[in-house]
Amino acid sequence: MIDVKDLHKSFEEKEVLCGITEHIDQGEKVVIIGPSGSGKSTFLRCLNMLETPTSGEILFKGVSMTDPATDINKMRQKMGMVFQHFNLFNNLNIMDNMTLAPVQLKLKSKAEAERDALDLLRRVNLEDKAEAYPSQLSGGQKQRIAIVRSLAMHPEVMLFDEPTSALDPEMVGEVLDVMKKLAEQGMTMVVVTHEMGFAREVGSRILFMDGGQITEQGTPSEIFDHPRMPRTKDFLSKVL
Amino acid sequence: MEKFLADFNQSFIAGDRWLLYLKGVGITLEVAAVALILGVILGVIVAVIRTIHDQQHPGRQNAVLGILNGIAKVYTTVIRGTPLMVQLLIMYFVIFSNTRNAVGVAMLTFGINSGAYVAEIIRGGIMSVDGGQMEAARSLGLPYMPSMRFVVIPQAVKNILPALGNELIALLKDTSLVTVIGVRDLTKAAQLIQGKTYQALFPFVGIAIVYLVLVMIIAALIGVLERRMRASDRR
Repeated sequence: MIDVKDLHKSFEEKEVLCGITEHIDQGEKVVIIGPSGSGKSTFLRCLNMLETPTSGEILFKGVSMTDPATDINKMRQKMGMVFQHFNLFNNLNIMDNMTLAPVQLKLKSKAEAERDALDLLRRVNLEDKAEAYPSQLSGGQKQRIAIVRSLAMHPEVMLFDEPTSALDPEMVGEVLDVMKKLAEQGMTMVVVTHEMGFAREVGSRILFMDGGQITEQGTPSEIFDHPRMPRTKDFLSKVL
Repeated sequence: MEKFLADFNQSFIAGDRWLLYLKGVGITLEVAAVALILGVILGVIVAVIRTIHDQQHPGRQNAVLGILNGIAKVYTTVIRGTPLMVQLLIMYFVIFSNTRNAVGVAMLTFGINSGAYVAEIIRGGIMSVDGGQMEAARSLGLPYMPSMRFVVIPQAVKNILPALGNELIALLKDTSLVTVIGVRDLTKAAQLIQGKTYQALFPFVGIAIVYLVLVMIIAALIGVLERRMRASDRR
């Protein structure tokens, strides 16, 4: 579903991604772990072109994301993204947060979009918050809404950029539960996270990144129980 | 006391002079209102051009945008760098020397002038909105302009409302400069009556109070607007 070919990304002089080649299949739950500054988030943000790669190519369902002629907005409609800091639209209430993109992009009528939004809110037990503003919600509630806001676009893949890192510990569980449910329903997911429990339980494949490269990858049990590289062992011994 | 009343009568009532003030207030408000609308339109355009230009990916500069950005920069520099009264004189006696429509020229001049200040205010407002808001909108597939229009600008406007209010108040008071091109605004009305009656105290203190009241009304309206826009903040 997603093909990454020799992806490089530099900020000013600093090279953050040093040639990544990777393939992600439909239905996979890829979890990316690694120390801070290893390029995990940058890699994820390149996948939907929030960061423009310096060189290399990204194909999504065979269409080049990196080609300037590609309608990137059209492509992004099929790639949901959830951010560390939720990024709900502060000026809009929850219902408008969820219906803005589908209605503006003329994918749904307003009534349709609102009905879908209510269904989605019900799935995360937040249907009573439709009229609330983001500032009235807790972090966990905001993140659950951010997830269903992306789902309102019916994406084919969901990208998660440290979705629980900004949450109070007691709210991490409710967000991970929503993500687990999503995984069970067969959504293709790419998740950058420090939640090793989640990675082990939900991930179908773990990528370990260090210094802008994927230095080791495998199934959760391969990575967590039998890591081969010393850097992976060292990292896991610190976080587990 | 009798002299006081006589002066008052001469300044405001005799010869229906209050009508002159009233017409003056009308012109003053008209010039300020049209200039404000023009200024905000110009300001938004200039601010958006400059923001888009600054947010471009390095190495992927758009040539047209570069030129527009250059024009926008020259515009703000020239307008902010020259006195408003001089701009007014140049507009009326040089650029539009063929027209006698002084009110129209005044509206245009104040609008262009205000636009330069509003542009910088709005640019600051756009930059004050968290970048994650734009990223979230784009990640949903919304193009740049709708993202700006529905997500970033509304939040920017909320942030800049106090500064924009200041600009409107300054604009309203600055309209008294239109007397130099002969527009019969509120200030001109007082000057005319002073010339006719040799009264200075009542006409000038009188219009000062009128300006003050107008400014207080505007300040109150902005306060109401601010409170309403804070609906999305924590209550």
